[in-house]
Amino acid sequence: MTGLKELYQYRNLFSELVRKGIKLKYRRSYLGVVWSMIEPLLTMLVLTLVFGTLLGHHEKTFPVYILSGRLIYSLFSQSTTTALKSIRQNEGLIKKVHVPKVLYPASAVVFNYILFVISLVVLAGVSLVLGVYPTVRILFVIIPLAVLFVMSIGVGLVLSTLGTFFRDLEYLWNVALMLVMYASAIFYYPDVILDSGVSWILKYNPLFCVISNFRSCIFGQTMDMWMLGYSAIFAVVSVVIGYVIFDKNENKFILHL
Amino acid sequence: MSNFNNVNEAIKLENITMEFNLHKEKLDSVKEYFIKLVKRDIKKDSFKALDDVSFTVNKGDRVGVLGLNGAGKSTLMKVIAGVFEPTSGRVSKEGVIAPMIELGAGFDNQYTGAENIYLYGAVLGHSRKYMEQRFEEIVEFSELKEFIDVPLKNYSSGMRARLGFSIATMVKPDILILDEVLSVGDAKFKKKSEEKLKSMMDENTTVIFVSHNLGQLRRICNKAMILEKGRMIAYGDIEEVAAKYEEMTK
Repeated sequence: MTGLKELYQYRNLFSELVRKGIKLKYRRSYLGVVWSMIEPLLTMLVLTLVFGTLLGHHEKTFPVYILSGRLIYSLFSQSTTTALKSIRQNEGLIKKVHVPKVLYPASAVVFNYILFVISLVVLAGVSLVLGVYPTVRILFVIIPLAVLFVMSIGVGLVLSTLGTFFRDLEYLWNVALMLVMYASAIFYYPDVILDSGVSWILKYNPLFCVISNFRSCIFGQTMDMWMLGYSAIFAVVSVVIGYVIFDKNENKFILHL
Repeated sequence: MSNFNNVNEAIKLENITMEFNLHKEKLDSVKEYFIKLVKRDIKKDSFKALDDVSFTVNKGDRVGVLGLNGAGKSTLMKVIAGVFEPTSGRVSKEGVIAPMIELGAGFDNQYTGAENIYLYGAVLGHSRKYMEQRFEEIVEFSELKEFIDVPLKNYSSGMRARLGFSIATMVKPDILILDEVLSVGDAKFKKKSEEKLKSMMDENTTVIFVSHNLGQLRRICNKAMILEKGRMIAYGDIEEVAAKYEEMTK
């Protein structure tokens, strides 16, 4: 098992891998990292236009609602997808040098998370413009964001292990992510579903729990403790499972590259 | 790292066996896997790339590794570097190990030469700051100044080997693994590299050197081994082993 001490020895490599992820993501684009702010802004405009009209949500704060959900979802989807591919992506290194392999999916999640934090600036800007002013509850925002981070690491570890053995998982996961997206109440209000007989679709979706609590902090409401507990437990359990199966299989990865 | 009998030992391999399941490892998709599972078609033809290999290398030794193609040389290097976990046996090693296996260091193809210098430096445990201090030296030795901002995917194999060798030697590792690295460079670079290797001897660097060039091995190494079909059939003084190898390949 990769010990913490060994991981500490590789801290330089870890930051180098994080840097590599960010650099390569926006390589050859003129605007570079700025895209991590423009992209969610444009998506927000499109979603607001489509679903605002379609579902008749004309509230002034609807864009903030959409953007907050969309940002969390896209961090989860991108970090897990990059983690899934991370072993294959770093084939060149894995075949030549010994490195604790957990660094690859972990750095994939971390670099996406850094870009996500940068994109939160957009959310802050849009909120202020549309009159969603922060209350003291905004300070709690760190809690769902921490849960989100741990959850992404855990799911990322599971996916990177399985994805190394089965290439198909890449496509399967894309479909699964679409399902998660529709079940996360990103561009509709959750009440319709929560009040109906199928409320479990949202309540047991850990990503929806994170999104919901994140929104509560932004809109100055109290967090739902059940959702917080459920998503936190899910996150911790996923990390434990992910780490165990990753650790059990990492020596076999090279035979499948 | 307490498996050493005395402080002079740098690498110690005990009864290393490396086995590959030839068919099993090639299943790439879930579909393929289930089809074969249903058909009970998952064969396990195993192949021993290394068979009960044991040896000890002392600090400062330069060991040449000889053997025909497919003898297990690269597999052995990968086991020492820690890229492969052996099927059985134990590997002990001490210090920073810089491997250059099958012509290249651990590089990223999309990254430029310059970026790869920092990346590989980090693999060897060095900070960006430390690598910045060495950067000029590395670029100069590799003679890749004009190409240093070109993505690595556009490098020739000779250029990759030059860059890898330059980084690996400039950061002063304790153990250096060179797998046919010097066979692709041009004559001028080979000569320069040999000199660099010789200068490293004074710094007590341990070198494992795979090459088919006996002359080069004789100039650089003090010890050698011969691998044949995964077994180590000779290990000892360079002259004796080289003579035996010449006899074998006659």
